[in-house]
Amino acid sequence: MNSRFFVFLVPLVVIAAFWLMANRESKLAHDPTHKSFFERNGTVLGTVFILLVAFWALFLVTLPYLYMVVESFHPRLPPLKRGGPEDYLTLEQYKSFFVQPSDNSWNTTHLWGFFFTIAASVAVTVLNFAICYPLAYYMAQAGSIQKVRLIMLGLIVPYWVNEILRAFSLRLLLASKGLINQMLMWLGITDAPVDFLANNTGLYVGLSYAYLLVMIFPLYNAIESLDKNQIEAARDLGAPWWKIHRDVVIPYAKPGIASGCTMVFMLSAGSLAAPLFLGGPNTLWFTAIVYDFFFQAFNWPRGAAYAFILLAACIAFVMLMLRLFKVSLGETIR
Amino acid sequence: MSAGVELDHVTVRFGQFTAVDNANLDIKSGEFFSFLGPSGCGKTTILRTVSGFLDPSEGKVKIGGQDMAGIGPNQRPTALIFQNLALFPLMTVAENITYGLRVRGVDKTARMKKADELLHLIALPGQGKKLVGELSGGQKQRVAIARALAVRPKVLLLDEPLSALDLKLRQHMRTELRSIQRQVGITFIYITHDQGEALTMSDRVAVMSDGVIEQVGDGKAVYDRPETAFVASFVGENNPFMGKVSKATKDGVAVDTEFGPLRGGNPKGLKVGDRAILFVRPELFKLGKGSAGAALSSRVKSVAFEGNITNLFLNGAAKKDIALSIGRHGSADIPGQGEKATINYDPSYAVALPEGKMARE
Repeated sequence: MNSRFFVFLVPLVVIAAFWLMANRESKLAHDPTHKSFFERNGTVLGTVFILLVAFWALFLVTLPYLYMVVESFHPRLPPLKRGGPEDYLTLEQYKSFFVQPSDNSWNTTHLWGFFFTIAASVAVTVLNFAICYPLAYYMAQAGSIQKVRLIMLGLIVPYWVNEILRAFSLRLLLASKGLINQMLMWLGITDAPVDFLANNTGLYVGLSYAYLLVMIFPLYNAIESLDKNQIEAARDLGAPWWKIHRDVVIPYAKPGIASGCTMVFMLSAGSLAAPLFLGGPNTLWFTAIVYDFFFQAFNWPRGAAYAFILLAACIAFVMLMLRLFKVSLGETIR
Repeated sequence: MSAGVELDHVTVRFGQFTAVDNANLDIKSGEFFSFLGPSGCGKTTILRTVSGFLDPSEGKVKIGGQDMAGIGPNQRPTALIFQNLALFPLMTVAENITYGLRVRGVDKTARMKKADELLHLIALPGQGKKLVGELSGGQKQRVAIARALAVRPKVLLLDEPLSALDLKLRQHMRTELRSIQRQVGITFIYITHDQGEALTMSDRVAVMSDGVIEQVGDGKAVYDRPETAFVASFVGENNPFMGKVSKATKDGVAVDTEFGPLRGGNPKGLKVGDRAILFVRPELFKLGKGSAGAALSSRVKSVAFEGNITNLFLNGAAKKDIALSIGRHGSADIPGQGEKATINYDPSYAVALPEGKMARE
């Protein structure tokens, strides 16, 4: 049987297992006052609920990913040969990320793209935190209500504009004959235009800006619930402002910080538009490589394998960071 | 080391609103001083001005004779205990207590030594490793005191720190606070709306209303010799009788009330014809006919037996009841509800004051 169809069996097996477990549990600890799901909602409505949730969970969430996982373990084949004798399970797509299939040399281009993507995403996350923390603190603790509303509006309204349009307008600003370069030259700071796009300044600016809100809101939420008296108490005990932040505000806001940083890192590493429009000509963003495999080379198995390598690496990195800063995963989604 | 606090014509305004109006006060070094007043009277504003979180709009705050203008709360020789205590929930008890030393760069061994010493003072020895959340209300209270004392302040400021505790614990903490103050010997400035707290603990009390300091004095003076109608009606229970002064000497006046002329002391020099309020405390009344001008009769509205005392409420003027409490020795012939009762008082303890704003019930 074709292994591609095997994937459709997996959810059914999981569902069956859960159903059996639930049945067994309700028999073991039966509470006579407790009504079952169907008794509470009626047969018709109960069935509709279950079908809708099952459709959403299976067809929209689980199956596409599972299908891609299976795809990544197959060789690339023309449609006619799929399911034929050459369609066997293999690790060659994953191997090709490390070693070139053509000449068995190290696949330096893709490895470099991968590490650059991770490193740049870390940089973007740090930059974003540095920008957002003071702003979030001001909004949550220091600013008056009117000013905070104004800042909120200023933060949100630009996101009504399409992402690609935003990236392009940044490109216009940062181009060698763009507004910023003209300003710099007019002020006499530089003689020749700075190539912001080639040195990846554009990339960092674009990515930071793209995920500003994703960082600011978790931070704002976390800091906002901090009792003002705690800050004043630290101040009264003699702490200068930076020690107040180090000892009182940041430890308290740690779950929010972890949540914001995780999301910004994940989204940056997986972003496509900003690196494509704002990266330099020599910048190879990893998602762009994945994109090319799917839409240029029509090599879905290899594209899928690459995508999962990125996903696994990002998850591992985030878990490591959470462990390092002693934040549990549950806290970040509070 | 202790220091006195001087408020030199301090006024604090928020926009159009005057929270503290021309407070002029000298708190002595080592004194237990309380600000007493209803909520919104400006007492917390005074405390925040002394601690440095607010700047006076006018006037000066001096601590130990030194003008505090331009000196932030982290530089002042004061420590503040917040109403909700504001302990740091993510730190242990010992870390909380020594936080002020940590930010001053004191090394860890010295900090731990100080923590042990203070934990001993607040009767929580060996509890330094606990988290703040594991403590009871009274224990948190003491940790907050220790945290403030750790930085060796010259003045300790307390913003209604006992208000969250239950009655028994509150009474216990009063004695404890007082004994801690005696041990450390520094100035305590205490804010409260609870007159019991203010009277039992303080060397002196300032009674405040609407941003104005109405009277400063020790507990006895404030209770027995009030200077304004507000102080008389806010501190302790009091029965006001309104009227016009019909006779006046330096020692006493007679006020024409609905119950006829009633006599009392004249501390503010009232003159004949002035509008005045005569205050008689419930415990001053006795049953029976007294001397002329110090007795009245009315119908009993209700009787409440409270064990050690019995409270009687007679019909008073303008729907306000006259309250009197009678001790056990005189409880044999207490009139019943609806009966007519005649009561008298010793006029040397009653006080007649110029008509003015009174405390809300």
